[in-house]
This record gives sequence, structure tokens and C-alpha cells, in this order.
Amino acid sequence: MRIRPRYTQWLAVTILGGATILTLAVLVFIIVFVLEKGLPVVNFGFLFTNAEDMGRAGGIFTTLIGTIVLPLLAIIVAAPLGISTAVYLTEYTVETRATKIIRFGTDCLAGIPSIIFGLFGFIFFVTTLGLGWSILSGGLTLAVMILPTIIRTTEEAVKAVPKSYRQVSFSLGATRWQTVKRVILPNALPGILTGIMLGIGRSIGETAAVIFTAGSSLRMPSSVFDSTRTMAVHFYILAREGISSENAYGTAATLIIAVLAINLTAYWMMGRFIAKRS
Amino acid sequence: MSLIGEKGVRRILSITAFSAISALLLIALFILTEGLPFIFRYGLHDFLLESDWDPQTGKFGIFPMVAASLWVTFGAMVVGAPLGVAGAIFLSEFVPKSVMRVVKPTIELLAAIPSVVYGFIGVMVLAPLIRTQLGGPGLSLLAASIILGIMILPTVISISIDSIQAVPQSYREGSLALGATTWQTIHMVTVKAAKSGIIASIILGMGRAIGETMAVIMVAGNSVRIPESPLDSVRSLTANIALEMSYATGLHRQALFATGVILFVGIIILNSIAIVALRKRVYKK
Repeated sequence: MRIRPRYTQWLAVTILGGATILTLAVLVFIIVFVLEKGLPVVNFGFLFTNAEDMGRAGGIFTTLIGTIVLPLLAIIVAAPLGISTAVYLTEYTVETRATKIIRFGTDCLAGIPSIIFGLFGFIFFVTTLGLGWSILSGGLTLAVMILPTIIRTTEEAVKAVPKSYRQVSFSLGATRWQTVKRVILPNALPGILTGIMLGIGRSIGETAAVIFTAGSSLRMPSSVFDSTRTMAVHFYILAREGISSENAYGTAATLIIAVLAINLTAYWMMGRFIAKRS
Repeated sequence: MSLIGEKGVRRILSITAFSAISALLLIALFILTEGLPFIFRYGLHDFLLESDWDPQTGKFGIFPMVAASLWVTFGAMVVGAPLGVAGAIFLSEFVPKSVMRVVKPTIELLAAIPSVVYGFIGVMVLAPLIRTQLGGPGLSLLAASIILGIMILPTVISISIDSIQAVPQSYREGSLALGATTWQTIHMVTVKAAKSGIIASIILGMGRAIGETMAVIMVAGNSVRIPESPLDSVRSLTANIALEMSYATGLHRQALFATGVILFVGIIILNSIAIVALRKRVYKK
């Protein structure tokens, strides 16, 4: 039996629309659920006092510090490397076998699961280089992890700078590096910042790669060689070991707000960037 | 920059350009040198296909974990792929551009939610539901599949939308001009043209599901056993590494790195397929 095209059309729209609404509903539910349970716990005291009794009582101050320091270190290392890789790929070479290999490597790196980064960071930074469980080990591991994100977004941003900008700069006698430094990078900046924000967002939420490299010490770190615990790791430990579901919800809510704020900033910058371009 | 000069800058940039690929090689090198010797000594066949995992007595068969990882990934695909592709088609073909401009970033935002949060939702909401409605321990293969299925939605939707939108408008116009309905145009023309991108999105989602660790640890229950029903508690390859790494030493630790090797190789193969598929995409001229 052949169903009339008009009915299949109606059926398809209903099913597809239903699936879309279901998807959005599930995703919205997750955010609302965590915020509803967690926000009542979050207040000034919760954010700025240290955890007591393994996190059963007290706040999350040291983990807040860990959550700021680790991604910061990761960005300090990954941003220059990522940006210069992207500039080299877009401004200094044409498509060759070498650039194809670099792109393939970048794509592959982007798909590697965080537990593998954790294993690598543990054996390379923690053990082989002897850095121990420390902010340094964790930050460097995260840097490797977010490198592909930064390369990708910078490449897009640099490509989006109109050709005429380059031509004008060259015709004025500027060298390639002067053009990159004075014309291309300033114009691509919002796009590059977007990539950096996305990288920070990813490092903040990371658990598997951090727990094996930065450790999970709740003490306040005094140098980059000290172990630290990020909010994501803290939340994982609280939830998994059933230490305190109240504090777990509070930490989760803080984490989600931080990640959402950072990502929204990134999208806002990207939006402005695109608006300026066209 | 007069200190370094044009050539110097070019040289420095060309060196940094190899940072990502060297990182990848370094990761491969370290994971392989830690894990491969163990696989050679224990035997790939025994390691992959034996079902006894008992580090204390020196038994390292990871078959239950391999089976669990494959089932969990399969389950995640059953949940996530149809929903994701359907959502992508609906959003790119039936929804006005202005709505799409809001919805797509919102969905991509959800890729940024930490995996531990998804895991926690699984523990607090999904597992009790499964326990009371369907029986079993709640923390199970089914729970892990559903949570992972949700987690891969942003990946699948976002990349599928990009591929569907990259299909030239003239394809659709041609089909509509021949009298096809919108739906006929979509499933006979647009989706066919965007096929390789959609497949790539699903493969990348699979890669994410296989590699996910923390969420799976939280919701899958972590018993080392070959799953017989979706309600069984299972342990994935990733969970096996993360759970035992903190106290493993000697041969045990090597076995965990060997588990990492299996995971690494599997993911690289999946990603390579996805990357090739994405390159085949039809592009708007």
C-alpha cells in the first residue's frame, strides 16, 4: 500500500518536530534540575570558605582557586602555540602534504578521550618529567587537550579576514609578519578570543584528565608544584563517594553557571565578530 | 621583530605548527610504550578475549569491558543518533532561520556541560526510575546508554546541521520543481547529499561515547561481567582504567595502560573514518 505523500509529509514533520522538542526538553531539564537543587546552597560563604571534613561541611574556596588556576595555565601554554600554528597554516603556507598531516593530526587530537589525556599526563608529566601531581602537570595536560580547539577557531577567524586587507597592507610595503601582526591578528581577535573561551570552558568541566595529573588535594596550593582539586573533580568525589549531596549540588550549580557564562561570552563575541564582518 | 627578521618568524611559526601533531605522536608513543609490552607478553588474544579480570591473581582478560563498551556505545547510538539526526533535519529544513540562530548555539552550549553533571543526573534521576519501573540495580547498561545518548546529541545535531546546510539550495529547488513535497525532497535529495556529513557526525558521537569516562563510571554500576540484559551493571574500558589507576602498580598498571592502547587505537580508527567522511561533504559553490 502506498501512503499519500501529503500524509507522509505530515507524519514526518510531526515525528521530526517531536524529536526536536524532546531533545531540547531533556537538555533544558538537566540545567534547570541542577540549578534548582544547587542554587539555594550557593552563597558568599559557600564560595569563599574552605571545605571541611572532606567536603561534608564548609565551602569550595580551594577548588574555586584550582578551577581558575588550571585552565589559566592551560591557556597560557596552548594559546600562543595554537595561534601561531593557525597563522602558519593560513598565512605562511599553501596546502601541501605537510599541512594536510598537521590538519589530520589536529582533528585526531580533538577526538581523543579525556581519560587517554589523563593516562598520558600521568605517565609523561607526573612520572617521566617528575612534576608529580601538581598544577603544572594538570595545566600542561589540559593545554594539550584544548590545543585543537584553539587552532581550529583561530584558523576560522584568520580566514575570515578579507583578502583586500592583506592586499592593501602588502601594497603599502609591509612584510608578511607586519601584515599578520598589525592587520590580521587585530581583526581576527574576537574570533581568537572565542576559541580561548571555548578552551577554558572545556578545561573547567574536565575531570578524567585532571584527577590523574593535578591530583585531588583540598589544601590551598602555594606554588605550581602543589596538587590541587578543581570544582569538577570535587563534585565528582562528593557525588561518587556520597559525601554530601547538598554540597555536590552546590558545586554542580557553580560549575554549570561558570561554564555557561564563559560559553555565552564566547558566543556573544563570535556574534559580534560575524556582525562586524558582514 | 627586526631582531628575528621575517625568516626567523617564519621558522618559529613553522616549528610551532607541528605542536599538535607532535603532541599526538607523544601521546601515542607514551601510551604504546607503557601498554604494548604487556599486550605482547600476555598475548593479544588472551588479553582481549578472556573474561577473567583479577589483578591480584594476575588475570587480565578485558573481554567483559570490551563487550560493555561496545554495548554501551551501541545503546547510546540507538538513543542519540535518531534523535540527533531528526532534530538536525527539523531545525535546518522546517524552522525559520531566526529560530535556528538561537537554538543551534543553545544545543552546542550543552556540549560544554561537564560530563560529571550528566553522570550525576543519571544517578539522581534516571537510575532510580529504572530501578523502580524496570527492576535491576538501576545503575546499568541501560542508564549508561541513555545518558551517553543524551551527551552525544550536541555533537550529532551540530555537525549534521552543518552538513545539511552545506547542500546547495539548487538541489532542493530542482526537486521541488519536479513536484516533490518538502519531505520527499528532504529524504530523497537533501539527506542523501548530506549523507557523508551525517554519518561523520554519528561516528564522532560514537567516539565520544566510547571515550566517555566519568559519566559512565557514575551510572553504569561498574561490575566486571559480560552484560546479559540491559539492566545489568557493567564496567566500560574507560571506567576500568579510571577506577583502578589510582592504586594500580606493576603489572596491573601496565594492564591498565594496555587497556588504554585498545581504546586509543579504536578511537583513532573511528576518527579517521569520520575525518575522511567529512572531507567528502558536498559544498556550496
